[in-house]
Amino acid sequence: MQLTLWTYEGPPHVGAMRIATSMEGVHYVLHAPQGDTYADLLFTMIERRDARPPVTYTTFQARDLGGDTANMVVTAVREAYERFRPQALLVGESCTAELIQDQAGALAVGMQLPVPVVPLELPAYSKKENWGASETLYHLVRAMVGSAARPRPARDGRRPRVNLLGPTSLGFRCRDDVREVRELLASVGVDVHVVAPLGATPEQLATLTDADANVVLYPEIGQTTAGWLQRTHGMPVVRTVPIGVGATRDFLAELGAVLGVDVQPVLDRPASRLPWYSRSVDSTYLTGKRVFIFADATHAIAAARVARDELGFEVVGLGTYAREMAREVREAAKGYGLEALISDDYLEVERAIAAAAPELVLGTQMERHIAKRLHVPCATISGPFHVQDVPARYSPQMGWEGANVLFDAWVHPLMMGLEEHLITMFSEDFEFDETGSHLGKGGGRRQEQEGAARQTPRAAAIGASGSPAMPDAAVEDSADAALHQADDAAATAVAVAVAGPSWSADGERELKKIPFFVRKKARLNTERFAADRGIVTITVDTLYEAKAHYGK
Amino acid sequence: MTGTALPVVETGCTDAPVLKERGQREVFCGLTGIVWLHRKMQDAFFLVVGSRTCAHLLQSAAGVMIFAEPRFATAILGDRDLAGLADCNDELDRVVGELLARRPDITTLFLVGSCPSEVIKLDLAKAASRLSVANQGRVRILSYSGSGIETTFTQGEDTCLRALVPELPAATTDAPALLVCGTLADVVEDQFTRIFAELGLGRVEFFPPRRAASLPSVGPGTRILLAQPFLNETARALTARGATLLSAPYPLGVDGTTAWLRAAADAFDVAPERFASAIAGPAQRARTALARHRPTLEGRRLFFFPDSQLEIPLARFLSAECGVTLLEVGTPYLDRALVAADLAALPPTQLSEGQDVEKQLDRCLALQPDLTVCGLGLANPLEAAGLRTKWSIELVFSPIQGYDQAADLAELFARPLHRISRLKV
Ligand code: SF4
Ligand code: SF4
Repeated sequence: MQLTLWTYEGPPHVGAMRIATSMEGVHYVLHAPQGDTYADLLFTMIERRDARPPVTYTTFQARDLGGDTANMVVTAVREAYERFRPQALLVGESCTAELIQDQAGALAVGMQLPVPVVPLELPAYSKKENWGASETLYHLVRAMVGSAARPRPARDGRRPRVNLLGPTSLGFRCRDDVREVRELLASVGVDVHVVAPLGATPEQLATLTDADANVVLYPEIGQTTAGWLQRTHGMPVVRTVPIGVGATRDFLAELGAVLGVDVQPVLDRPASRLPWYSRSVDSTYLTGKRVFIFADATHAIAAARVARDELGFEVVGLGTYAREMAREVREAAKGYGLEALISDDYLEVERAIAAAAPELVLGTQMERHIAKRLHVPCATISGPFHVQDVPARYSPQMGWEGANVLFDAWVHPLMMGLEEHLITMFSEDFEFDETGSHLGKGGGRRQEQEGAARQTPRAAAIGASGSPAMPDAAVEDSADAALHQADDAAATAVAVAVAGPSWSADGERELKKIPFFVRKKARLNTERFAADRGIVTITVDTLYEAKAHYGK
Repeated sequence: MTGTALPVVETGCTDAPVLKERGQREVFCGLTGIVWLHRKMQDAFFLVVGSRTCAHLLQSAAGVMIFAEPRFATAILGDRDLAGLADCNDELDRVVGELLARRPDITTLFLVGSCPSEVIKLDLAKAASRLSVANQGRVRILSYSGSGIETTFTQGEDTCLRALVPELPAATTDAPALLVCGTLADVVEDQFTRIFAELGLGRVEFFPPRRAASLPSVGPGTRILLAQPFLNETARALTARGATLLSAPYPLGVDGTTAWLRAAADAFDVAPERFASAIAGPAQRARTALARHRPTLEGRRLFFFPDSQLEIPLARFLSAECGVTLLEVGTPYLDRALVAADLAALPPTQLSEGQDVEKQLDRCLALQPDLTVCGLGLANPLEAAGLRTKWSIELVFSPIQGYDQAADLAELFARPLHRISRLKV
């Protein structure tokens, strides 16, 4: 029994729903009580799907138990088949039905329907959503492809073609990733045969082996299937996930090697703006930004590489909720000198983030909430996500354009933090018209939140770390960088708690020379420095000693 | 039927035939009630004993995660818990211990049963009394069922309040006192409190209360006024403790609110003049505000999918006070006694109880209503099919009762119609 407040993944049958909903011509009959129909809204609301998921629920009630719940399965299967005429049926159980052991899958198989019926056994008390999706895809592919040996397709001078495995409904930016990877493949003369499950039909799945190789875009979902196709049908696999410029290059290199395609011309001129944007002087302030990453394994591992190697951040935390891929994430974390956080306990993740004191959090909707509470900028990089993470515009994560999107999506929140900071700082200036600001007093970001007392005013510290948007960034860097490193929350606390050292006249004068937008922090840090050392009067020297002390 | 002041329709729906369906139901389970109950009783904690599905449902229905530690959680059953009930009980004790240690602020803990806990016959009532003893009265520990095999959506509030009834202190006097039952938004409660004071009703209490630690009392003097139409069991349990159930419609719209208040006033022998003067101001202002929405709604054809059991009173409000034409009014359960006054004021219409969602969708699409009230799973697909929809869940989560919300309630239905007239894409 596990005490759970928020869960990163749904139950495994929701994973099966994601496969069914991704595809055309598939229907899923789920033996489940009525409340489980809530899962429809994940698709219709979060993804704004314009059709109901192709799922029929038996919705048995207490009064049916002990009676004929098995018969409800048979009726539901028959009616669903007649109404929807799918090319293939998935039949399975949710957590409750698993307990009453009607063997829904076996019952449906026994009905001798004229289409393939794939029984799903997804243990609800030990497994979760992504595993359920992966298993469902695997069983469906097995059912459609079969294990009988098939000849590998001849090349006969045609362009090489691959399958893209793993993109699903309710997967993070899958729709756009598929388009981007398609274009990337086209740029090296490779065609896409089948994309599965997103948009595929069972009949198309039956032709998977006509491709020259499988490209696994999301290992959580596609890896098991690709492994089986490799073992059983000798299909090579391309495993690099092309998120970020470096990984996209590696992906192309691996693809080229597997298919015998010359990718060098494309590697020579990567079509992403990220490298230049990162090198441009404006990005200097990104240097060493502390970033905490927690997501599904695919996106977490990819994000860490982009963060360190392509944006010049410092990765201070890396983890995943996907236990199935814990090994890979642990391995990756070692490369950053970190111990991976493998957990699906939301509170544990929150504690780890708070302890790491990052300046940017890359995560799921859960981490976005954690970051909001801690007043740290944040970007979503993986599921679970909310409706605002399904943008109308083209917004892939993969390939060259994906790298551009990552740059914007991760840098933008840092800039926003900076703007807020500026408003706070300028509000000390006599010319600043507070009433003119749409944020009003206090920056307008302290919404009604339970546990407001737990919040640390960290955002200001983060925004302050040097700015390209400000003409006097250089001034700030020299005067401020050294001084503001310390946690201003602590500084405030000290300043309030201790009667405090007093400023000498020349110390005070010197302080005035520091740009006003960092003056307050300089004052607080200097006072803390003095208080810690029992210095009663702050002189010019104390000011600069404090600056030297807090400097990196 | 004394006390109701709604214009009864000559051929009302009191005995109207009902289409009863037993197919796929597209309705939440009773766990969902936790979403508003935990906001109402801020010193209570709701621990669902269930599966990952239950946790996922709550999270998806709640839709908000601004609280790091919400006052609800799920004890997720694992393989090992299913191996033996003894271990399962031990595990539950451990989890509750952990929870109580972390949340010293809570005064009442509800163990909420789910489909899995009920199917494996985990006795939460017994667990609750065992744990109450173990915690020596530091917290009150109760249990109720929110399972999808026993309850739909709003029934979860009924089972929760039902579990609280034995805990209510006995009234010290037999003097009449009003007990308003059913969760109302605090702002609505305050408005009613002011009106009841104007009426000079004396002691008025609300159930559920804002703090689970300060429960209202009950006794032979208690007059129950239901603010929500789904509290069948709760009402019965309260009457078993001597209380009297007042017959009234529900306080939706101007007329609904007036009739509801009048039921209370009559029970307390408030003079008609005093009643008239107490409601005159709010009723007039509500009527003016409501009139603004009438042109948008008048003559519109409306279809209700079953959801919250609020459908009958809402349909009454929409037809009688907004001029809407009803095509079908679906409700998960039709308890004729509890909605008698609203039913009698409903013009002849197709009533349906239970659901067979595919068939109901066929009917709905064939009728092409101007507005369809349905759950979140159906709304976008119906919009994509060219229909305008109103999500029913908003009707449960927003303050809609009372005079000052009458126009807001109408606006909830008018908005989708306004919106479509604005869009040029
Ligand atoms: S229907 Fe049952 S199993 Fe499903 S969420 Fe509700 S209580 Fe849990
Ligand atoms: S962003 Fe957070 S609060 Fe907003 S709807 Fe999504 S989960 Fe809820």
